[in-house]
Amino acid sequence: MPADTPTLDRPAVAEPAPVVEMRGITVRFPGVLALDHVDFVLRPGEVHALMGENGAGKSTLIKALTGVYAVDEGTISVGGVERTFSSTADAQAAGISTVYQEVNLCPNLSVGENVMLGHEVRRNGMIDWRATHAAAAEHLRALSLDIDPRSLLSAHSIAIQQVVAISRAMVLESKVLVLDEPTSSLDREEVEQLFGVIRNLRAAGVAILFVSHFIEQVYEISDRITVLRNGALVGEYRIEDLPRDALVTKMIGRELDDLEALARTAHRTIDRSGEPVLRAEGIGRRGVLEPSDLDVYPGEVVGLAGLLGSGRTELVRLLYGADKPDTGRIVVNGTPARITQPRHAIEHRISFSSEDRRGEGIVADLTVAENIVLGIQARRGWTRRIRKAEQDALVEEYIRALGVRPARPDAVVANLSGGNQQKVLLARWLATAPELLVLDEPTRGIDVGAKADIQRKVSELSAKGLAVVFISSELEEVLRLAQRIAVLRDRRKIGEVDSSEIDLDGLIDYLANEGKGDAA
Amino acid sequence: MSATTTERRPARTERGVAAVQGFLGRRAPMAPTFAAVVILLVLLVGAEAFLRGDFITARNLSALLLDNAYLLVLAVGMTFVILTGGIDLSVGSVMAFTGILGAQLLSSGVPAIVAVPAMLAGGAAVGLLIGILVQYFDVQPFIASLAGLFLARGLAFVVSLSSIKVEDPGILWLQQNRIRLGDWYVTPTGIIALVTVAAAAFVLHLTRFGRTVYAIGGNEQSARLMGLEVARTKVAVYVISGFCGGLAGLMLTAYSGAGYPRNGIGTELDAIAAVVIGGTLLTGGRGYVAGSLIGVMVFGTIKTIISFMGAEQSWMQIIVGALLLLFIVVQRGIVARSERRR
Amino acid sequence: MTRIWKHRLFWPLASLLGLIVINSVARPQFLSITMRDGELYGALINILRNSAPLMLVALGMTIVIATRGIDLSVGAVMAVSGAVALTVIDNAADPDNLGTVLGAVGLAVLVSLALGTWNGFLVAVLGIQPIIATLVLMLAGRGVALLITGGFITTVNSAPFSYIASGYLTLLPFAFFISVAAITILGLVERRTALGVLTEAVGINPEASRLAGVRARGIIWGAYMVSGTLAGVAGVIYASNIRAADANAAGLFIELYAILAVVLGGTSLMGGKFSIAGTVVGVLIIQTLESTILFLGVPSAQSPVFFAVVVVVVVMLQSTRVRRALARLARSGRRRGAPTGPGPEPEPDLDKPRTEVAA
Repeated sequence: MPADTPTLDRPAVAEPAPVVEMRGITVRFPGVLALDHVDFVLRPGEVHALMGENGAGKSTLIKALTGVYAVDEGTISVGGVERTFSSTADAQAAGISTVYQEVNLCPNLSVGENVMLGHEVRRNGMIDWRATHAAAAEHLRALSLDIDPRSLLSAHSIAIQQVVAISRAMVLESKVLVLDEPTSSLDREEVEQLFGVIRNLRAAGVAILFVSHFIEQVYEISDRITVLRNGALVGEYRIEDLPRDALVTKMIGRELDDLEALARTAHRTIDRSGEPVLRAEGIGRRGVLEPSDLDVYPGEVVGLAGLLGSGRTELVRLLYGADKPDTGRIVVNGTPARITQPRHAIEHRISFSSEDRRGEGIVADLTVAENIVLGIQARRGWTRRIRKAEQDALVEEYIRALGVRPARPDAVVANLSGGNQQKVLLARWLATAPELLVLDEPTRGIDVGAKADIQRKVSELSAKGLAVVFISSELEEVLRLAQRIAVLRDRRKIGEVDSSEIDLDGLIDYLANEGKGDAA
Repeated sequence: MSATTTERRPARTERGVAAVQGFLGRRAPMAPTFAAVVILLVLLVGAEAFLRGDFITARNLSALLLDNAYLLVLAVGMTFVILTGGIDLSVGSVMAFTGILGAQLLSSGVPAIVAVPAMLAGGAAVGLLIGILVQYFDVQPFIASLAGLFLARGLAFVVSLSSIKVEDPGILWLQQNRIRLGDWYVTPTGIIALVTVAAAAFVLHLTRFGRTVYAIGGNEQSARLMGLEVARTKVAVYVISGFCGGLAGLMLTAYSGAGYPRNGIGTELDAIAAVVIGGTLLTGGRGYVAGSLIGVMVFGTIKTIISFMGAEQSWMQIIVGALLLLFIVVQRGIVARSERRR
Repeated sequence: MTRIWKHRLFWPLASLLGLIVINSVARPQFLSITMRDGELYGALINILRNSAPLMLVALGMTIVIATRGIDLSVGAVMAVSGAVALTVIDNAADPDNLGTVLGAVGLAVLVSLALGTWNGFLVAVLGIQPIIATLVLMLAGRGVALLITGGFITTVNSAPFSYIASGYLTLLPFAFFISVAAITILGLVERRTALGVLTEAVGINPEASRLAGVRARGIIWGAYMVSGTLAGVAGVIYASNIRAADANAAGLFIELYAILAVVLGGTSLMGGKFSIAGTVVGVLIIQTLESTILFLGVPSAQSPVFFAVVVVVVVMLQSTRVRRALARLARSGRRRGAPTGPGPEPEPDLDKPRTEVAA
């Protein structure tokens, strides 16, 4: 895909030589081209944001830069010198440090020790703790962090721990600092403090690679943006040259839609006069999701739209009891319900299909049949086993209805392709005959045929009265299937739209711009 | 908005309180060990009162170290392993194996100067095997050290099916010689044990290797990403534990005047219990050798009290088991609370 | 045809067969079975009888391991069980009374069930690591057993009690039938009800099971109860065999052999899919190995060395490093360019066999 080059004039200032140059980076995994000849440049004294949806290749590019992956093709140059990294230690030695979302430090050690570990001040072969802690204090002060280096790291908030991690990177005299989703666990104030640190580092000439899905923050702190999609480079832009909806469009893209032939379920009218199957009022969890409302009526498909990290998954997990909400209440068919565990939701005939198919969905070593009946079997309890004849009939019916391939009930699920695994999971939840089905990214990462099958099934079932909450990063899909779309951004629900009154461009615009203007 | 990033600063009048809080906060990880000290004191005072003032004597306290020196050495080695989040179930058998090996060598005329290093090397070799299995073959420490236990126990019987007396004066001197200071006395074995504790404390707090041990226990992935020598350190702690097993074997042989292949059955559990009671978390990353010293003293005191009371020795195992349980439950509660805070 | 040696039981059975063949070559009388007074005798019969305690313990261990746990206390539970049974019989008016013996055994098994419930509580409810939780009982259990026997090795002379370990039921030893009963009951419960597959689900993917509504807590608790109960029965058999309650020797190291049997039978220590048949074969392998070692004249006290070697070889073979090396060897021998894996997976497997984050 040819790179987009904005045509606006740039100030006539000579740009400094890049500190990192990645050219033609290609990374292949079995059956997948994760990165396709991607170019990426980091310049000193600049904050450069890397954006893209899931599967775009962001994390692969970063892992290539930080020495976790080896590249199949392409070159990486640091400070003009071409390098090959065979481990993270190599990348670190070349001056590239990373601060991860999980703050890879040791919580049981002191702050100062974490900063200086591996570089402690030594005297006569012994560690000189006073000098070490003093040195640490100096490094921390350079980032405007005034805490006791002797205090335990775990006694501090994640925000502070992150700055400690950055401080460690500076001890190593890094020229490049990679910040991987640094603000996911921070509140507003802490984000401000972190940005202050980043601005100081930028002024000192450090090149900062900022990875975040919080669009607002990206616009606040970055100088440049690189967008990836499907493993390829879409383009590199200066922040002032790229308005928000242009960014969103480039990230999501418009893909050929051969599924348009499917009747738009969205056009169906829903009877909202009775009780909603589920009404959530003010459901939220501190640090995860701001209190949000949602209701779903029988036969309705409610789509949740938003970019990665906007809070869609968090919201549905709270509804299902996969996570415990801090605030709010849930009403099922008119009666208040206490849902703090998946089992409670299942008793209320709510089923949930997780977006993490492998980690939270399939039981890999069990067969297709065992996976499909797991939901109903769990509900019946261990004593009442589903009779073989009944199980065989049920499994066969779902394999046929959803087109699971290979059509063998005794195939081990781990050996199926992603699409077929997703179908098996869908079968599991449909077999429990729910009143509300929550699907989180059910069509992500699967082939077009399987996608069509699943979408058709959801359509059919909702026409028969099943209520569905549907999360998808593909907005066309959401528009096609949902009657109503709830839009989330930055862990908040910002509004709802009626899908018959909006088109794709309108939805993108709403997603990018609605409720803004007030946020700085 | 101030440019300095600080946590909420208390009013000046509360600065003193904050200072104390800071002091205590820094010392928080010592709390479990402190609790162990309290328990020890309670035991001693209680025994003194209950047994009518005959308990806390210089003789008894000196005997405490003498009788438990071997366990102290084992606990020191075990502390290293547990700090990295692992476990070593082989130490009791290693102690028996090296003990009988040494006795065998000595009785065949091999001089002590060769036999002793052989014992230590034997212990270290078993530890090396375990460490390699754990680090390079991804075997769970529990299984790997179980294999070590099997191996060492079997080898002990291969060396000899029955006990072998040790008559080497050099070895016996270690135990029989008493250095007196008034009513107090200490044996070379006691000194060796205390020196081991001191050396371990030095290594753990003043060398990079020691800090790597703690780092691995805190978060092994992080330690690796921070560029520390994780693989070598993980193998090394098992070698240390094995070496301590060998050293304990030497001390036990000196103590009993013989090598005996049935020695130390279940002793690894005593060592683990002592380490846990001393405040080291089984999940790794927190604890002190000084705590293990306290733990061994608690263990020994309980044993002494029981024999003083003329009660059955079986109470020993029950009480230690109960104490271990108490500490584990409390540790679990602390961990659960800090996890919830996130 | 090739499917045969992909079957889970193939290698365990082949090893067992191999051992038997070696034995029968070395000592032809190994295979001979004689009949006396309507009872069968022989080396093979001995294996069937002597393996009973280990069989029971290993069966319980299999279920616990399937839930990603471990039970180190089984030896201590055996000791307690024997102590309880023998103390009851010893203090009874008539040790030969069948009712007394039944009562004693019943109480012993009940106490073991209670101990298993205790373990399950620590693991399933308090969330304590299984190794640690069961370590407590492993430590304290023998002390409790000693207390019950008053510090002595209680001995009894009770015909009904001795029958358990030495008696015959028709052709074969009674203890063997106990094994068979345990295997059958456990097999039926696990596979006729949904308990087996739910246990496997919990062990394979606890989070997915939770989201699917599986009652993991009950399943895990139950596993430890089963393990405790079976250990209790094993303790009764052991005590019957030596006609005494030896708190220190009963079940010494049996947890290690049980774990080895489970591993040899193909169940992974990581939990998940388990095989009762595999464990049965594993136990028979260990028992045959023990018999072989004894026959070779090796004192039984030295046999742990052989088992250590077996454990090391088995875990090394199961380790990812070795498996990958073997796979590479196999692949270079076969045809090249063969497509691997199922369809495209756009979310690449992050366990890429390239540069990993390793020191």
